[in-house]
Amino acid sequence: MSTATRSLPRTIGAHAILLTYTVIALFPVILVIVNSFKSRAGIFGAPLTPPTPKTFDLIGYTTVFGQGDFFHYFQNSLVVTVASLFFVLLFGAMAAFALSEYRFRGNTLMGLYLALGIMIPIRLGTVAILQLMVATGLVNTLTALILVYTAQGLPLAIFILSEFMKQVSDDLKNAGRIDGLSEYTIFFRLVLPLVRPAMATVAVFTMIPIWNDLWFPLILAPSEETKTVTLGAQLFLGQFVTNWNAILAALSLAILPVLILYVIFSRQLIRGITSGAVK
Amino acid sequence: MDTETMAEETRPKRPIRWHVGVFLAPAVLVYTAIMILPLFGTLQLSLFRNIEQHQVFVGLGNFGTLFGDPNWSVNFWNALRNNVWFFIIHMLVQNPIGILLAALLSSPRLRFAAFYRTAIFVPTILSFVIVGFAWKLILSPIWGVAPHLMDFVGLKSFFTAWLGKEQYALTALSLVSVWQFVGIPMMLIYAALLSIPDEVIEAAECDGVTGMAQFWKIKLPLILPSIGIISILTFVGNFNAFDLIYTAQGALAGPNYSTDILGTFLYRAFFGFQLQVGDPNMGAAIATIMFLIILGGVCVYLFLVQTRLRRYQF
Repeated sequence: MSTATRSLPRTIGAHAILLTYTVIALFPVILVIVNSFKSRAGIFGAPLTPPTPKTFDLIGYTTVFGQGDFFHYFQNSLVVTVASLFFVLLFGAMAAFALSEYRFRGNTLMGLYLALGIMIPIRLGTVAILQLMVATGLVNTLTALILVYTAQGLPLAIFILSEFMKQVSDDLKNAGRIDGLSEYTIFFRLVLPLVRPAMATVAVFTMIPIWNDLWFPLILAPSEETKTVTLGAQLFLGQFVTNWNAILAALSLAILPVLILYVIFSRQLIRGITSGAVK
Repeated sequence: MDTETMAEETRPKRPIRWHVGVFLAPAVLVYTAIMILPLFGTLQLSLFRNIEQHQVFVGLGNFGTLFGDPNWSVNFWNALRNNVWFFIIHMLVQNPIGILLAALLSSPRLRFAAFYRTAIFVPTILSFVIVGFAWKLILSPIWGVAPHLMDFVGLKSFFTAWLGKEQYALTALSLVSVWQFVGIPMMLIYAALLSIPDEVIEAAECDGVTGMAQFWKIKLPLILPSIGIISILTFVGNFNAFDLIYTAQGALAGPNYSTDILGTFLYRAFFGFQLQVGDPNMGAAIATIMFLIILGGVCVYLFLVQTRLRRYQF
């Protein structure tokens, strides 16, 4: 009977469906990247063929590098993402440790309070967040974005990390206590290294929405100085509606860093999802 | 004196554990100051109106305006209707495709599973700006990629400028969003399918339940809790969506507001557009409605769906 589950037609069918969907998923991305290396005539004349010596042209990239201050936007995005990530991981791990390790009055309540933010999007508080940032003079600073993204990332980080910290052996921590280690040393030296895989998973989940966010940069930090790469690309694309070379080149430049990071970290990301870290 | 206080007295008095506070403080402070307080601040703002430079309490007046004043209500109901349609398309297209792909991926001894998994998840990591613009170019009649491709399968006559036509634009954009996010239900269902123990599957095979019947009768009931989770994630994500519509169609959600959803409506109300001045109080009122919709969805999920789903412990 078990042969039925892996019969040849069934396997071919499965591959056919998966392959079709893979093509659908990758086609637009490849199409954009391939065409960004072509001349205008090549883009419109034969959009589906790879660049030939005749149609190969880097005019799009020259325009992008000449016009937009992409390097600067890129830097802003990097600063915001890395700083938010650092605070989410540090504060999140500390709070997760407190919730999973110590029994104190209101522990469950605190856990629920911090978990609220997993379901309720921070975006709904935008009106008051903007007022707060105006009042504290943080509008058009990267600090505003870092604060918002830290708050946005914390709930899920705490939720996932406390699940993992519950699995760290009590004997190990108690041995540390007997040896006279302070609670801080136990956390930083014993527990943190043990939950590193979970931290990596949280890092990936936190990073993608921050890097790709358009709403908060648009509202809290739209100035030239503080534009992130997502907002910069959006405005740039708006300006060059008719310059297809430049648009395709800008899109490719925006895709590539994320794509490279993804290929490097995909194993980690997928293991994180499939290990049931998100339930 | 009850036993509890007796115990308190006999137990040596414990020192205050400052470290618990130190561990909790940074996260709780940032989370409360930047997320919870602004959320309630927004709810509160929706009850006020700016009259001659003063915030005046108007109770539910702003909501009255939103639901009844034709200047607002036409757009509001339109955005709400569009948002519901946006959600329905995701539930009907994204989640079944995600489940199908996950079911195929999890079949035993499938070659290239890792490759398919990685490739199908690629759109999910891309930013809305890229996705919105790339599809705008592909569907554009100027470039002609879409009609060219449809010509291959003999459907060229069906092509039209989907993003430019009122009756198609919203559906087309919903499908673009489905294309982007199908990886999430796929991964979560895939994880759930992998966690089904082999013994259960073997037992089913012994009883002659294989192939499609096995999926419908054995696996599907076991992954129902995960389907519940992807449904509520889709719900929250859809009623909070903004970026894709904004990048593809602009803040005016054209053509003629046909792709307007609550997120873009909130943005316009808050910041103003063209001749209308931004109104933080009306923005807050719209955000409050979105909050109530999402909260309602989450409550339905937590109290009605989740408690009734049977969970199996292996």
